[in-house]
Amino acid sequence: MSGNRLLTLSVATVVTMITGYSLAAFYAPMDADQGFVQKIFYLHVPMAIVALCGFVFAGICAVMHLRTNESKWDLRSYVAIHVSFILGVGVLLTGAIWSKASWVHWWVWDEPTLVSFLIVFVLYATYTPLRFSIEDRERQSRYASVFAITAGAFVPLNFVAVRAATQTVHPRTFDRTGNLPPHMATAFLVCMVGMTLLYVLLWQYEMTHKSTVAQLRALKRKLGDDDGARARRSAAPELQVR
Amino acid sequence: MTSTRAAIGALLRKELRLELRTFQVIPAMALFSVTTLIVFHFSLQANSVDGPLAAGVLTVTLLFSAILGINRLFVADQEEAGFDGFLLAPVDRTAMLIAKAIALGAFLVVLELIAVPAFALMLLDPDLTGAALGQTVLVLLLADVAIAVVGTLVGALAIQTRARDLIVPLIALPLLLPVVIGTAKALAPTFALAGAQALPGRWLAILALYDLVFGLLAYAVFDFLLED
Repeated sequence: MSGNRLLTLSVATVVTMITGYSLAAFYAPMDADQGFVQKIFYLHVPMAIVALCGFVFAGICAVMHLRTNESKWDLRSYVAIHVSFILGVGVLLTGAIWSKASWVHWWVWDEPTLVSFLIVFVLYATYTPLRFSIEDRERQSRYASVFAITAGAFVPLNFVAVRAATQTVHPRTFDRTGNLPPHMATAFLVCMVGMTLLYVLLWQYEMTHKSTVAQLRALKRKLGDDDGARARRSAAPELQVR
Repeated sequence: MTSTRAAIGALLRKELRLELRTFQVIPAMALFSVTTLIVFHFSLQANSVDGPLAAGVLTVTLLFSAILGINRLFVADQEEAGFDGFLLAPVDRTAMLIAKAIALGAFLVVLELIAVPAFALMLLDPDLTGAALGQTVLVLLLADVAIAVVGTLVGALAIQTRARDLIVPLIALPLLLPVVIGTAKALAPTFALAGAQALPGRWLAILALYDLVFGLLAYAVFDFLLED
């Protein structure tokens, strides 16, 4: 993505997120039950949904990689997992804060949504070590794609299993229509769009960075600079630039 | 199709013959499962278990023993160039997935023939009556399919990495957690102190769904782990 479009996207993200969280803070009514703590909902829930969708998106990119055998799809999948994983840390932290405030404990085991997110998080934590322990680059990307597809399919299945396992105290966001008052729903939707934009933005930045590095390396190789062209051993996929 | 079936048969015979001649994996798994039961006895400080605790102890014991089998599943093929030989043969690559999964499933069944009686004798308080035994077999068979399929996939994924023994449990345990939940929840009423109660259908359905999804998934992606 070129500089101008990246700038536009950045501005749009900042504006949407500021609008969303201002709405959440001032426009949406205070929750009668939980009070101010409930406001973290506008951060926690969009972050969780976007992170999980990112994992599934990475799986779809991995399918494309195995079908086309083009390194750009592997890179997309890798960056998507990377960004989702970082958001995942945020989800666990905000979830723990919310849990402490409303259920007294930092961690609640009989809480399927929390637990299933933790399982997904732990699974994806092995993605980078897996990549790092395969030296052959071509095999590394192929194996990583197999992992990304398996784990991507695991995300929804895991939620079915864990959700069925326990009686829930976690509020359901979308189980029936109209359990959010309209003002809250508006604020939530804007926050959701903002978080999605943030994900796309981070993803685009990382993609731009990686492809710029690959182009630079290709140029150095053309100039006969072997040191600059030689890639270090790394978990990151190598983009082929001609 | 017939050539695939012949290839599966040949690979499966090779696996079973290898195990019968070396007696390496199954005795290790069985011994490990009995040791794990002893560890549970001391760590839980319980002379007998029942209900959800019993179901959990059995599930964890079988899962950890299965990890040993998964770790060894492709070692011979990797070290003795079995992969090269297989790739040279003009047969469907999926044959290896099916043969390996059946072999691992067979190892698990043999493991359970030893581990379940050992568990019933050593730790389980309500006697394992006929009905309870039938329910246990049904649930464990569903779990075995899942462990065999996911184990074959993860084993093939990890064998080419430098850290294969580290990678297998790290990937396999989170992937198999829905199976752990399903098995433990399904078996809990079977081991109830007051006598075996009916199996909860919901958990059998979740185990079956997991088997189906991961069976299809492994079938779709396994080829890419063998290409070279």
